[in-house]
Amino acid sequence: MIALQRRAHPSRLMGYLAPLIAFVLTLLSGLLLFALLGVPIFEAFHAFFIEPISTVYGLAELGVKAAPLVIIGVALSIGFRAQVWNIGAEGQLILGGIAGAAVALYFYEVDEWFVLPLMILASILGGMLWASVPALLKTRFNVNEILTSLMLTYVAALLLSWLVSGPMRDPDGFNFPESRLFHDAALLPRLLSGTRLHIGALVALGVVVAGWLLLSKTLLGFALRVNGAAPRAGAHAGFSQNRLVWVALLLGGGCAGVAGLFEVAGPIGQLLPNISPGYGFTAIIVAFLGRLHPVGVLFAGLVMALSYLGGESAQITLNLPLAVTGVFQGMLLFFLLATDVLINYRITRKRQS
Amino acid sequence: MNEILILTILTIITAATPLVYAAIGELVVERAGVLNLGVEGMMLAGAVCSFATAHHTGSGMAAIVAGMLAGMLMALLFAFLTLSLQSSQVATGLALTIFGVGLSALIGQSLVGIAFEGLPSLNIPMLSNLPVVGQLLFSHDILVYGSFVLVAAVAWFLNRTRAGLVLRSVGDSHDAAHALGLKVIRVRYCATLFGGACAGIGGSYLSLVYTPMWGENMSAGRGWIALALVVFAVWQPGRLLLGAYLFGGISILQLHAQALGINVPSQLMSMLPYVTTILVLVLISRNRGRIRRNAPASIGQPFHPTT
Repeated sequence: MIALQRRAHPSRLMGYLAPLIAFVLTLLSGLLLFALLGVPIFEAFHAFFIEPISTVYGLAELGVKAAPLVIIGVALSIGFRAQVWNIGAEGQLILGGIAGAAVALYFYEVDEWFVLPLMILASILGGMLWASVPALLKTRFNVNEILTSLMLTYVAALLLSWLVSGPMRDPDGFNFPESRLFHDAALLPRLLSGTRLHIGALVALGVVVAGWLLLSKTLLGFALRVNGAAPRAGAHAGFSQNRLVWVALLLGGGCAGVAGLFEVAGPIGQLLPNISPGYGFTAIIVAFLGRLHPVGVLFAGLVMALSYLGGESAQITLNLPLAVTGVFQGMLLFFLLATDVLINYRITRKRQS
Repeated sequence: MNEILILTILTIITAATPLVYAAIGELVVERAGVLNLGVEGMMLAGAVCSFATAHHTGSGMAAIVAGMLAGMLMALLFAFLTLSLQSSQVATGLALTIFGVGLSALIGQSLVGIAFEGLPSLNIPMLSNLPVVGQLLFSHDILVYGSFVLVAAVAWFLNRTRAGLVLRSVGDSHDAAHALGLKVIRVRYCATLFGGACAGIGGSYLSLVYTPMWGENMSAGRGWIALALVVFAVWQPGRLLLGAYLFGGISILQLHAQALGINVPSQLMSMLPYVTTILVLVLISRNRGRIRRNAPASIGQPFHPTT
């Protein structure tokens, strides 16, 4: 019989190895899945992992997809460290997009430098506003933030759907549920001409550095980590639990809001009924895959961005359903959680007594 | 007027039944000290497998069993990761939902747009011919009757049987239960599988009766509402039934709003169940003492016999 034996200390080596093992296992199961679907394995592998990043445009797209994942992932990982489970980042992203778009449409055809910064500010506030509801309910009324933040995601999606088919609809748009196209002053500058790579990619790198500094170099970061690892020790040290809940949620909301704006003012360029392919949910996987560490999140974000691109490419070249991406992402998280056991336990053979 | 009222009540029953199944399963899981946030994923797996079976075999019974098994398989995955491999229950539950959304969409790819005639209603001889009462009480499909039986059975099991006592003790203090020689892990495996089976049936009901067809992500947050219902019920089966019917009523308001002359955009009406969930959670959770007295004490905590 195989049994688990607790290690005296968590294994550092396994901390680094586990995500790699999980990734390899996901790859193998993915190939198995392709085989089951009757798809030639090597072509599928090529379409999923090689083709999307074999051109400059493809690499730029990787940055476009990774930017929101990394921005949200870093903020979520800080919250998860403190055991604050904000899983409504998707809703906060939508609110950020709505708020930013509202500014863009209000200043429609105003070609001033201040439009874009104002949009960014609005999106941060929009995301924070949405995240402040679970924070308030958690700190004031002891309501589980998992359920409230998730419920608000559904509300946000419906709000967006109503706005683009009503108040924010393009007046000359033949009743299609979409807003006007943003004018140039409301669009994000591109980093590379001929591609869709925008300054969001640089912001994502900045967020990684800022997240790392916050977690490892500041008292607030220390308080967040202590609160997650040993809440009672944190309480004895005088760290206010409520304050940390607020910080974690507002941080998550703000970052998700900006990510939402980067979608509507970046690759999309207008407000649509659907502005994100589930970035807010995928960012949860990104946070865990990145070991709740900002630098890890950066790499994890790139891996997950590749899974989006791979899914699209496999859909085009092999006619595979887009849902394969979701299956891949779910499997990766499962394998990661499973291999995490190796950090705290070693596998031994049970002696019969 | 009578006709409309009867129709309204019938749609409330249809909307509430999947919630009853999913929530009563999760209630048992939580009473055993396990928090499975993957209800949504298990429901979707149940819904798609059930619908596929119904489409290929034409048998409603086989479809329900398929949905149940699909939910159990998903639950087994969760149980193995959290109970045998000690992974975080919160993270694993989220993973189960994300995985379930993707997997069900993949399986259901070829089933979108196909209709199913729905489960036959079981008319109880004599009684179902009674005016009004017959239509309201005695002419539903088997899953509606089953949901009431299930809630009663769970209430009896938890409060009146030795096995129920064992399950509750495992949920309230796994260390004490382990010291008494109870098989903590085994009990939790069984409870989690039961939860998966119930969520799977709840999903079946959605795709076989409620719509009745398959659509990507068709549970639309009902798995999460079921989780909220368990809190609303303060872990008591009877209150859970009440809560599910309350939510069923609210979620069909949007269907009848137009008929009642309420002119609000449909998207805003659709927000109601989610907003109500939040409000109800606030009302229940603000009473910390009540939550603390009723919540299983070791909920969400990992258990390993050597530590």
